[in-house]
Amino acid sequence: MLELRNITKRFGDVVANDGVNIKVASGTIHAIVGENGAGKSTAMRIAYGFYTADSGEILIDGTERSIKTPHDAIALGVGMVHQHFMLVEPMTVAENIVLGAEPGGALSLDLNQAGSEIRSLSEEFKLAVNPNATIEGLSVGQQQRVELLKALYRHARLLVLDEPTAVLSPQEVEEFFAILRRMRDQGKTIVIITHKLSEVLAISDDVTVMRDGRVVGVVKTSETNAAQLAKLMVGREVLLRIEKPEAKPAGPVLNVSDVSVKGRDGTPRVDKVSFEVRAGEIVGIAGIEGNGQTELIEALSGLIPGSHISGKVRFLGQDITRLDARRRKELGIAHVPEDRHRRGLLLDFDLAENSILGVHYRKPAVHGFGSVMLNQSGILKRAEQVIRDFDVRPPNPALPARALSGGNQQKLIIGREFDLNPKLLLVSQPTRGVDIGAIEFIHSKLVALRDAGCAVLLVSAELEEVTALSDRLLIIHQGKIAGEVDPRKTSVEEIGLLMTRGHL
Amino acid sequence: MKLFREILFPLIAVLAAFLIGGIFVLAIGDSPIVTYRLLIGSAFSWPDGIGYTLFYATPLIFTGLAVMVAFRCGLLNIGAEGQLYVAAFATAWVGITFAHLSAWILLPLVCLAAILAGGVWGAIPGVLKARFGSHEVINTIMLNFVAVALVSYFTQYHYKTPGDPILQTTVIGQGAHIPRLGRFIPGLPERIPLNLAFIFALIACALVYVFLWKTKWGYEIRATGANPSAAEYGGISVRKQIILAMAVSGGLAGMVGINEVLGYRYRYYDGFSANYGFTGIAVALLGRNHPVGVLLAALLFGVLIRGGIFVDAFTNHVSKDLVDVLQGVVILFVAAEALFRGPFSRFGLLKRAKV
Repeated sequence: MLELRNITKRFGDVVANDGVNIKVASGTIHAIVGENGAGKSTAMRIAYGFYTADSGEILIDGTERSIKTPHDAIALGVGMVHQHFMLVEPMTVAENIVLGAEPGGALSLDLNQAGSEIRSLSEEFKLAVNPNATIEGLSVGQQQRVELLKALYRHARLLVLDEPTAVLSPQEVEEFFAILRRMRDQGKTIVIITHKLSEVLAISDDVTVMRDGRVVGVVKTSETNAAQLAKLMVGREVLLRIEKPEAKPAGPVLNVSDVSVKGRDGTPRVDKVSFEVRAGEIVGIAGIEGNGQTELIEALSGLIPGSHISGKVRFLGQDITRLDARRRKELGIAHVPEDRHRRGLLLDFDLAENSILGVHYRKPAVHGFGSVMLNQSGILKRAEQVIRDFDVRPPNPALPARALSGGNQQKLIIGREFDLNPKLLLVSQPTRGVDIGAIEFIHSKLVALRDAGCAVLLVSAELEEVTALSDRLLIIHQGKIAGEVDPRKTSVEEIGLLMTRGHL
Repeated sequence: MKLFREILFPLIAVLAAFLIGGIFVLAIGDSPIVTYRLLIGSAFSWPDGIGYTLFYATPLIFTGLAVMVAFRCGLLNIGAEGQLYVAAFATAWVGITFAHLSAWILLPLVCLAAILAGGVWGAIPGVLKARFGSHEVINTIMLNFVAVALVSYFTQYHYKTPGDPILQTTVIGQGAHIPRLGRFIPGLPERIPLNLAFIFALIACALVYVFLWKTKWGYEIRATGANPSAAEYGGISVRKQIILAMAVSGGLAGMVGINEVLGYRYRYYDGFSANYGFTGIAVALLGRNHPVGVLLAALLFGVLIRGGIFVDAFTNHVSKDLVDVLQGVVILFVAAEALFRGPFSRFGLLKRAKV
């Protein structure tokens, strides 16, 4: 159906695709896997006309085609669903689907015909989407199905899905895979870009593995396994399981009792939550995104004003419910925020300046009379230490944070927070958008911090990560703790039910 | 490479402006070469040209710095005009009220009055934004009208010399005068109003640089401007930074009063500002929000103002409006670039529209 031949694409000095060959057979589900920056999205964006290749050919159904814009791609039957949905929230499903291809004349918009077309497509693939619903009222899973419909409505025969499961709960992933299989069985071709190996093995027929802009392996899914794929992706043997010794928890560090949190808009987000984190243990919080994890962590780190919090937060016996972020950090509470671009980094600042965020007002970042002047050599020393200890690449403190890959940005943040020698670490989505090599590194650092006697509260949307790392696992659902499970004994089904229903 | 780009784009903008201005001149019926020779030549003649060019540049350095400090905190201070009016009047008021004090006491007092009055007037929209979230652009614009009306009223009804047909206050005390540079520089006559405030402006450039890039306070202001959420995460009070940046910005704008009242007219003269506050926005933009850039941009605008007077007088058809055309085109080019790329894209209209 689709073939990329010898595709090369450069962005400045960076070669994103270097002679890439990908062949997708008609009526199959083809996975493209690779670490961040391996060039998998770039290759598919070229096929979709988002970028034009510097050299190489694109063949559709065996004929060479020129695809310069997404319009060309759509006309040839190629559709793409992006990682971040491109939907207009206040508008209806039907309005969103016809957007850009509105039926009717210049002054009229005929949605009835579109509506029935959408309904029949929805029934054909069992998508269960109501064309008259507004987008804002839909769950993330439903919104994703709207994106699928958008492509199908434009008669796509080949669908490219970029990291489609990142936003879904385990149950939703199952449903979604069922839809994909149905689509394949009815003759559609699907390309799925992902870095989750378990999903590759569960859904795909063929796999293309990419690394550093090149294709390093093409295998049949039935003839491979996770270890082999991981080795191809990273280029060396990878520990897929986290090796960690038994936790030896000591006294309580963080004590949360009956804490409720209102969001900035005043709506309740966390509802009477109570738990404890002890020194030397990792307590995980699993849950579908948007169930209060963000607000809980921001309340604990002091980013949500005390007036929005009720209940009591105690740190080593001291009531800290009303303390601001700076005071909490001074007490020994470090925080790795979930969104490194929004919270964690000053992207236009250099690495040295980023390495002191939060401690910029005290020694060694400042010196002189009244500790007003920044101590450039002290800052540089600290930055170099973080860069060295956490293997931040490229190791140049004068580079702006923007220039780093996601994994290296994350290592910089984690290094900065670890360098505080915290007694409590609040860490959200530590490996989101981070490649496998860095994930392994970050996980081992988290375990090492735990073993050094730090209390760790971990929030992650990656079930595998949170079950593998945690010593105890809490599941959050609609702002409440739905239950606690033993991560060594639990199953994905058990967690999934607690995450989606709030009970077993 | 970065430095190269920082310098290259403003330079292209300026050259393009002169090119387009030349087309205008040609269309109007004069020779661009003659006109530009007149413009540049009159601005760089010694002593009058250079003296006046630097004098005209002085208030623009202050307002340019004022706008850039706010910019660096992610704020658009359109109120430098109002801040400098309030400050100039306050300076004159202190200079008149305490006229009997000796220069040793009075001089620091009047300088402080300029900075404080501008700072307070600038802090008001800062407080409004920090406390109630009301947008600083609206509030600074509104406060401009309030400021102009207020100082006009006080001048007209309370501090005018009786019988004086001009709307200006009585003169300030002798001790509040700052010397003109002609007193120190041989060949520069004292009738040229270039005064010590120009030196203050140069010092202000250096201080602003040190403040923003070498102190923890500057770090906090820049962090807030670069990413308020991350600043908050770093334990920085965004509200405090907004108020602080606006106060510093207003204080810098207020220093125009030192040049105007203490070094030039020795009294408050109503309506003295030739849109210094607004031109300051252009200066900051062209100067890429860096003190060195602001200094260079202010000097360029000083050249244009000075040269414009001669273009007006000594060409057949072209008027000094040519200067406005040049300024306008420079801004257009700089703004077009800043809107779409570069570290200041966040001040672009596209981003603004989302707020």
